Amino acid sequence: MAIDVLMPALSPTMEEGRLAKWLVQAGDVVKSGQILAEIETDKATMEFEAVDEGTVVELLVAEGTSGVKVNAPILRMAGEGVETAPAPKPAPVVAAPAPVAAAPVAAAPVVSKASADWPEGTAMKTMSVREALREAMAEEMRADQSVFLMGEEVGEYQGAYKVSQGLLDEFGAQRVIDTPITEHGFTGIAVGAAFGGLKPIVEFMTFNFAMQAIDQIINSAAKTLYMSGGQLGCPIVFRGANGAAARVAAQHSQDYAAWYAQIPGLKVVMPYSAADAKGLLKSAIRDPNPVIFLENEILYGRSFEVPVLEDFTVPFGKARIWREGTDVTLVSFGIGMVHALEAADKLAAEGISAEVIDLRTLRPLDYDTVLASVMKTNRCVTVEEGWPVGSIGNHLSATIMERAFDYLDAPVINCTGKDVPMPYAANLEKLALVTSDEVVAAVKRVCYR
Amino acid sequence: MATRKTPETAAQARPNVSKEELLTYYRDMLMIRRFEEKAGQLYGMGLIGGFCHLYIGQEAVVVGLEAATKPGDKRITSYRDHGHMLACGMDPKGVMAELTGREGGLSKGKGGSMHMFSKEKHFYGGHGIVGAQVPLGAGLAFADKYLGNDNVTFAYFGDGAANQGQVYETFNMAALWKLPVIFVIENNQYAMGTAQKRSTSTPDIYMRGEAFGIPGEIVDGMDVLAVKAASEKAVAHCRAGQGPFILEVKTYRYRGHSMSDPAKYRTREEVQKMRDERDAIENVRELLISSGQATDEDLKAIDREIKAIVNEAAEFAKESPEPALTELWTDIYA
Repeated sequence: MAIDVLMPALSPTMEEGRLAKWLVQAGDVVKSGQILAEIETDKATMEFEAVDEGTVVELLVAEGTSGVKVNAPILRMAGEGVETAPAPKPAPVVAAPAPVAAAPVAAAPVVSKASADWPEGTAMKTMSVREALREAMAEEMRADQSVFLMGEEVGEYQGAYKVSQGLLDEFGAQRVIDTPITEHGFTGIAVGAAFGGLKPIVEFMTFNFAMQAIDQIINSAAKTLYMSGGQLGCPIVFRGANGAAARVAAQHSQDYAAWYAQIPGLKVVMPYSAADAKGLLKSAIRDPNPVIFLENEILYGRSFEVPVLEDFTVPFGKARIWREGTDVTLVSFGIGMVHALEAADKLAAEGISAEVIDLRTLRPLDYDTVLASVMKTNRCVTVEEGWPVGSIGNHLSATIMERAFDYLDAPVINCTGKDVPMPYAANLEKLALVTSDEVVAAVKRVCYR
Repeated sequence: MATRKTPETAAQARPNVSKEELLTYYRDMLMIRRFEEKAGQLYGMGLIGGFCHLYIGQEAVVVGLEAATKPGDKRITSYRDHGHMLACGMDPKGVMAELTGREGGLSKGKGGSMHMFSKEKHFYGGHGIVGAQVPLGAGLAFADKYLGNDNVTFAYFGDGAANQGQVYETFNMAALWKLPVIFVIENNQYAMGTAQKRSTSTPDIYMRGEAFGIPGEIVDGMDVLAVKAASEKAVAHCRAGQGPFILEVKTYRYRGHSMSDPAKYRTREEVQKMRDERDAIENVRELLISSGQATDEDLKAIDREIKAIVNEAAEFAKESPEPALTELWTDIYA
């Protein structure tokens, strides 16, 4: 009886992976627990063990193949006590189809359209958000000796999400510091180091764990400049994955955008694209204030065009208009942009022209760009992953009501995550998250369509 | 023990203590005492608001520890911070005017009693959250080690803060990374109103450092010479790159936890007994007089000088204007 061994899912967000190395070959007798292959996921290179015992009949995927989908057959075995002759089989998947979400190969530099963030004609390169973040840190660490990175698994492990991969090799253990699992303590130490003249980057494996440290972030980092009458500032970046990943349930799936955006003394950044991730992180590291930098595990692997510039930064407090439109303004940030842009495509197909604004920074917040757009379209829908009560959308609605009431043709609608702890079950999780269909429905309501 | 325990033990142990040194300690401790008495008075007059935690009784701790510092060394403490600021040379006028919430205060009136800082004197607060200053202090030490100098940081906290989890997270990392930080446990025996034996499972708090490989010792915090000797030892350990050190300094606060604390959790007799038998300032005074190094008149002259400084600070703190209303919106971002 032939057994097909399937490509395993080895991380919560893995949809495909690379078959980095085979450790068995046809004819090998395999024992349960034996390592069959090394598989590179979006987070790490993992060893993949056999569960069933038998003899390897055929490797179905060539070593080095990228973009192998989870659950695709990768190896055929003959079960114990069965003859090893190859059974009749479907066409083997020798080379996996080209990956869909992975970075396309940029053969020649793509020349950008004009953007407020970089000069017209700037050469572009394709880069994942993960790589962009890494480049931002590396560039700033090269430029300034007082910048260092601290966090759990940032060094020898090469980053729990591979964001800091390679930094230990380049900058050494003095500047890429593995901490014990002790968020409250190491956050306090980092804040103290900032008081002492350094510029720490603190990586939280995810922002869920920063709740252990939130006293040091707010009471020590954010307030000291004020409490000292301007004497003692705290130049520090707190960065890491924020929001829901996939199937990690309530304690690991929370969006802190609105929490931190409430705190005077903090700056809060939540990028969507790789270019913004890079340019904003570089600005964050240079900023003399404490900056909360909210990343997203699902976006880490997404690729975007990033300008090839000697020193590319994006200023805080400047929203980006991703798509111009006339009928409705969609305002979002971070992973919410995925839904906003998808909704704009769907709406365009139905003849509704949506303007899509990425806030990029939540504190400072670019009210002017939002208000100018609403004054033009007369309608607004906000999109975010976080909970509805006290959301960024609530705040924008109030601001628009105060400052552009007469321009509104309909109430502002906030599309948010549902008001529940994140459930584990796949169907319920999907229901808890905001979707582009909900955004489309909200737009139709404000357009009275 | 009804009789005063004179500091002859310390004097005998340290026969080389000069007259000048003793007079300095006397003067510095008395300055804190008189300053705090004045602060208490201004509080009673409604000129100081909110929380105000006085250092009276604990003066020998900070004066003794500061005696072993050099320029560049850092200190950070909790909200009971007036003594630390005076001991490291911050201007009494600026401290008092901060207590009254005035423009001339060290934080321009925006920090208050619990939140004052001086980059110039390397005083990093003044922190209102119990225990938060401990990792912050280790972070200051981290910065010095990173920068490659031999400065030492004193991270002060009380017996109450010693039960906060972040203290032990910090002990672990400070030992792991050999940070030049001295953890000073100012054990005044009461965490607000809770006696140590009701809050703390082990009598000797410094011994908790052993679990992390951090050496430490108990120090008589009512004896400024003993504190100074311990400070020298700890500082030498840190400067030599041997990592953190713990000093558990046994002391006593004569006043309540804050100005609004009636201190019903201990007897008047207990407080009086400490004042009568163990007072650190009186001990130095007697040592100076009994050894013939100073006369009563010499010390009275110092008393008058300090009284003048404190009165001047109080006057400044009353006369300095309230901060301009525009100050509400400054210093939020650098």
